[in-house]
Amino acid sequence: MQVQTHVDINSEWGIVAARQAGRKLAREIGFGSVDQARITTAISELARNIYLYANQGQIKIEEVADSGKRGMKIIASDEGPGIKDVRRVMEDGFTTSGGLGAGLPGVKRLMDEFIIDSEMDEGTIITAIKWLR
Amino acid sequence: MRIPILKLHDYLLISVQVELDDQTALQFQEDVLAKIHEEGSRGVVIDLTSVEMIDSFIAKVLGDVVDMSNLMGAKVVLTGIQPAVAITLIDMGIALDEVPTALDLEQGLERLQLELEG
Repeated sequence: MQVQTHVDINSEWGIVAARQAGRKLAREIGFGSVDQARITTAISELARNIYLYANQGQIKIEEVADSGKRGMKIIASDEGPGIKDVRRVMEDGFTTSGGLGAGLPGVKRLMDEFIIDSEMDEGTIITAIKWLR
Repeated sequence: MRIPILKLHDYLLISVQVELDDQTALQFQEDVLAKIHEEGSRGVVIDLTSVEMIDSFIAKVLGDVVDMSNLMGAKVVLTGIQPAVAITLIDMGIALDEVPTALDLEQGLERLQLELEG
């Protein structure tokens, strides 16, 4: 049985709820404390981006399996303004919100797989996977 | 939610025991500065032993508390950062280079004493 959880992000509390759900699932899947922190932090960054740039959206987390490997997938989706220049947001230190500009490039480094799918005025879907080692 | 700030002679001691949401982190920033002003504190130790996650927002708030307190004339030391938190921060590219740190509360107080005398 594969576990799936959805958390709606429409307030700062949604960010906390998403990372708590993420930590719980990561622990259940069997990730160690360091990877739990990586996954929780990645979820926090993605959830905050939704709240900051799109006001609302959803974080979906689920257990995944692929040719003998097990892992955890995070899907962050919103119907916000979309990302104008995907290459720029992946540069360390680039920010439009006064933050550290560490969010998305950070998430990419924290996770094993990372895909951004963004359409202007349509929304953004970011998928990230961490594999159990 | 408010994070309690204890006064010990010239110092303030803070142990963050709650999961930090954005609002709590910002409130904490204001409370520390107000308390430094009120008590005339020379040093602050912020213990993060119970904190299981620091993302880029919370890292920025913590770094800013250190800079803001410096501007006011008080030194801040962060203590007790967990191994998993340290690894995650460096993975993210957040080194908090100029922030004084120590292993635990005890060493944090020693470090403050050194910084203030030196």
